[in-house]
Amino acid sequence: MQVSLDPSHARPAPADAAPVLHLDGITKTFPGVKALSEVSLSLYPGQVTALVGENGAGKSTIVKTLTGILQPNAGTILLDGAPVTFPTAQHATDAGITAIHQETVLFDELTVAENIFIGHQPRTRFGLIDWAAMRTRAREILDRIDADLDPDMPLHELGIASKHLVAIARALSVDARVVIMDEPTAALSHKEIEELYELVERLKAEGRAILFISHKFDEIFRIADRYTVFRDGQHVGEGLIAEIDEGELVRLMVGRSVDQIFPPCEHLVGDEVLSVSGYSHPTEFQDVSFNLRKGEILGFYGLVGAGRSEVMQALFGVTKPSRGEIRIDGTAREIRSPSDAVDAGIVYVPEERGRQGAVIGLPIFQNVTLPSLAQTSRKGFLRLSEEFALTREYTERLDLRAASLDQDVGNLSGGNQQKVVIAKWLATKPRVIILDEPTKGIDIGSKAAVHAFMAELAAQGLAVIMVSSEIPEVLGMSDRVIVMREGLIAAELAGDDLTPETLVRHAAGIGA
Amino acid sequence: MTDAASPRHVPNRLQSPAARLLKSWEVLLLAVAVAIFIANSLASPYFLNAWNLSDATFNFTEKAMIAFAMALLIISGEIDLSVASIIALASTAMGAAVQMGAGTPELVVIGIVTGLLCGAFNGVLVTGLGLPSIVVTIGTMSLFRGISYIVLGDQAYRGYPSGFSYFGQGYVWWVISFEFVLFAVLAVIYGVLLHKTNFGRMVYAIGNNATGAAFSGIKVARVKFILFLLTGLMSGIAAICLTSRLGSTRPSIAFGWELEVVTMVVLGGVSILGGSGTIPGVVIAAFVMGLVTFGLGLLNVPGIVMSIFIGLLLIGVIALPRLWQKWRP
Amino acid sequence: MTAFLKSREAILLGAIAVLLALIASRFPAFVEPSNLARVFTDTSPLIILALGQTVVILTRCIDLSVAANLALTGMVCAMLNAAMPGVPVAAILLLAVAMGAVMGAINGVMVWKLSIPPIVVTLGTMTIYRGLIFVISDGAWVNAHEMSPAFTGFPRFDILGLPMLAWIAILVAALFFVMIARTPLGRAFYAVGGNPGAAVYTGIDVGRTQFMAFVISGALAGLTGYLWVARYSVAYVDIAGGFELEVVAACVIGGISIAGGAGTILGTILGALFLGIVKNALPVVNISPFWQMAISGTAIIVAVAFNARSSRSKGRIILKSAEGHA
Repeated sequence: MQVSLDPSHARPAPADAAPVLHLDGITKTFPGVKALSEVSLSLYPGQVTALVGENGAGKSTIVKTLTGILQPNAGTILLDGAPVTFPTAQHATDAGITAIHQETVLFDELTVAENIFIGHQPRTRFGLIDWAAMRTRAREILDRIDADLDPDMPLHELGIASKHLVAIARALSVDARVVIMDEPTAALSHKEIEELYELVERLKAEGRAILFISHKFDEIFRIADRYTVFRDGQHVGEGLIAEIDEGELVRLMVGRSVDQIFPPCEHLVGDEVLSVSGYSHPTEFQDVSFNLRKGEILGFYGLVGAGRSEVMQALFGVTKPSRGEIRIDGTAREIRSPSDAVDAGIVYVPEERGRQGAVIGLPIFQNVTLPSLAQTSRKGFLRLSEEFALTREYTERLDLRAASLDQDVGNLSGGNQQKVVIAKWLATKPRVIILDEPTKGIDIGSKAAVHAFMAELAAQGLAVIMVSSEIPEVLGMSDRVIVMREGLIAAELAGDDLTPETLVRHAAGIGA
Repeated sequence: MTDAASPRHVPNRLQSPAARLLKSWEVLLLAVAVAIFIANSLASPYFLNAWNLSDATFNFTEKAMIAFAMALLIISGEIDLSVASIIALASTAMGAAVQMGAGTPELVVIGIVTGLLCGAFNGVLVTGLGLPSIVVTIGTMSLFRGISYIVLGDQAYRGYPSGFSYFGQGYVWWVISFEFVLFAVLAVIYGVLLHKTNFGRMVYAIGNNATGAAFSGIKVARVKFILFLLTGLMSGIAAICLTSRLGSTRPSIAFGWELEVVTMVVLGGVSILGGSGTIPGVVIAAFVMGLVTFGLGLLNVPGIVMSIFIGLLLIGVIALPRLWQKWRP
Repeated sequence: MTAFLKSREAILLGAIAVLLALIASRFPAFVEPSNLARVFTDTSPLIILALGQTVVILTRCIDLSVAANLALTGMVCAMLNAAMPGVPVAAILLLAVAMGAVMGAINGVMVWKLSIPPIVVTLGTMTIYRGLIFVISDGAWVNAHEMSPAFTGFPRFDILGLPMLAWIAILVAALFFVMIARTPLGRAFYAVGGNPGAAVYTGIDVGRTQFMAFVISGALAGLTGYLWVARYSVAYVDIAGGFELEVVAACVIGGISIAGGAGTILGTILGALFLGIVKNALPVVNISPFWQMAISGTAIIVAVAFNARSSRSKGRIILKSAEGHA
């Protein structure tokens, strides 16, 4: 399906249209943080409202407020002009508000049909669950979104994309007047995204109000009718998409005009440090070969699920490859565990910061010295002064902002947690540092700091691998880019070949 | 997030370790221990007697030895419910050896080796096969004691050599028993191990986030295996002391001790979910439990009723702070 | 059907069949219907408690207090009967279920409202409930001659060749099949255990569902408490000591995942029957009953190793070439 990008095709609401859902003066505070401060939001029947804002602007909080997961401290929610409250998720569903959440909120042990209907299963006269009706209705909904899935199949047998379709079917299983889509395209392929757009058009035609949350501007300008912008928990603007351009929207989002500026990336590339050849895994990747030089930043681009992180985790010893060879400075190294990798000089800053990166619950200095305890201790006994000295050396280089070095890392912002993880690895004096989506979920200010620091690392002679799904970041930071698709290397690009178009074409497998 | 506004100079610490200690669980627990001590001395004229107090330490010394190793294991996010059964098996092995004419040194070796083997068995199942420790050790709890039942049935081993009685009945000096000295030495060893060594740091890291620890290059499986080994070893040592003290072995020996050991650890401030807790806390908890048992004993309260107090203590110390938080925002 | 043949229930059923065949080859009397009925009746308390434990474990909790709950309720029922023989059995049944449910609710409320880990809560209440038996009975036994014939006769009352105790186990099992498959609460147990974070988004209250599981487990423990003392015509402090472990063992052997959210009612019943057959067969095949403990311990370890093998998480399948045979 082709939808014109011409804004004149968008249908602005008549001036007198009444919103089906109107939020006014919504405030939500968490201990120490004001997540939402007297925000308002209106959703109109048959229209898509894009909610735009940086990470931490309060988008997720408003979604949770609308779906009954969180209760606001103040403010009113008007449904058709009448005030309502949603003490639980069930109340929101009953009021006709449904959501496709960012993370898939599904149950692996239950069937497709059950996942669609859990919480509001069809019942028989005796109040028991009516499985036959549930299957039939599941089939109908799945057909509506062209999903060829067996309602009786247990969810754990499905892939990520199919699970996402189940999540969408679940949202459509209630006769919803308001459909919330929280970054619905994040895990989808190009084809599936097109299908989702068609679905949005259909929901619009049925007169449903849609709240669409996305970071992708092309997407917003393509399917939204209206926009609302949040910044730091406050409402800073709203209007018709047809009456605004990208630059203006960004200015509203960040409160200033930003051009993403990347540090210069012409590095003095030295000798080869790492060479990987014929690296393969039974199910995740095959024949991955590349080399990396001192002072170089090598970008890894691809769609989500292309196998980039899997290759990196194998290099770091987390998963076991079936075949292939790793050489460091020309010497073959066997890497069976992360500790082998650290010994070999390869370190990994993972994408899942809270789970794999930082050890939340331990103070900053204990996080930083964790892989360097052999260095800071004497005969296996801790020496705290050495630990603080080492921590101070690296956290100061990274300009870490914290109350004290024995503060729990869990109390730091995402950007500062990332700095702790990077400091932890730099303290081991590695040869190769792998950064997996290093700026994901980090505000724009911290992003620039991480970018500048990456360039500095390369300039100091470290070999850097950066896995990123953000095209501007890949283009702005990398000396060379390897594009992966479906577990294979699709292309290696550098110089004039390195453009947004070539990246997308190779990643999606369009043309050649 | 407030950290962006923080000054650029980041201090090492905001609170001195001493200030932190004052607000700690251990201090609260110590106050409880003192209160129980005072209450006991007021309630019974026999309480403040050196020999009576010395006798009272036997209520907890053997359990506390296991509790030290168990504390590390629970901090790392695992648990071992088979400890009492390891005592039974180790004691049975020693009893069988006595029938074959073994002397005291051989018995000590047999007790320790049996404990280590049982710990290794648990460790292999949990770290090698990746099984949940709570179920594995419920299984080995039945298995280890079950072997004792197969060997002994409703019989008992007696006739331990006279030198063997020293471990559970001997005194080092005046009222200071061998067991109490062993308890104190082990408390220091485990305190140093957990709080002053790289190994202890790794235990905390694993308990807070095992994946993150593995991603930091820590050999998680090896650390956990060592902890199971230590727990087995301590159970073996406790088996030597207990068998020596009782002078006989029945398959029901130390029945239900696993719960008292876990209670001691949790009462000592170790989070059952892993990641936090201290050895000094466990030491104080051992005294608290010993004092409660001893005090109630002086008042002729039967053992089973004492267990009510232990149960209330276990739930109370966890519930009260949470209730406090709930009703005082 | 092929899915069933590969399932853990089918394997367990096969194991039970092999076990019975082995015993029958030497001691055919063991598989005679009357003896199998006796074995089933003897296993009934385990089945009832294991079903209650199943819903608790499904919600990522554990209830170690069931045996103590059983013993305390049993003692109260026996003492009531001894003191007031006129109280009808129906009233005693009601009291047993209600008392058990209250004890379960105490566990549940601490897990729900105070977020205390279930293992800590039930470890504590287990010692408290057990200790209370001593407090109310003063350590004395209630013996057969102090109980009324109606009281002791009820679990043995014969209907179509099976005693009432067995029929109650069958009834409880039937109710569980309906509850698990056909009620929102039954499905909520799986949802809460499978993905507690997601359950909140579907309007399921995780804590309340766990609370319900504890109430059910407690109520069944209370019911079994009366049936137990009536059947054996004796009540004392230590009855059913350590039985909670056998109950957890039946669940684990039946394939209930200790991590929550996975397992079936049929599995639990088969797990309990497996243990029951082993226990009853030991004296028949001339093995000392002292072997039973070690055998059930081994069965738990084998079962949990087996559970882990079948549910080991696989990585993502990214390679097209690997999709067919992974």
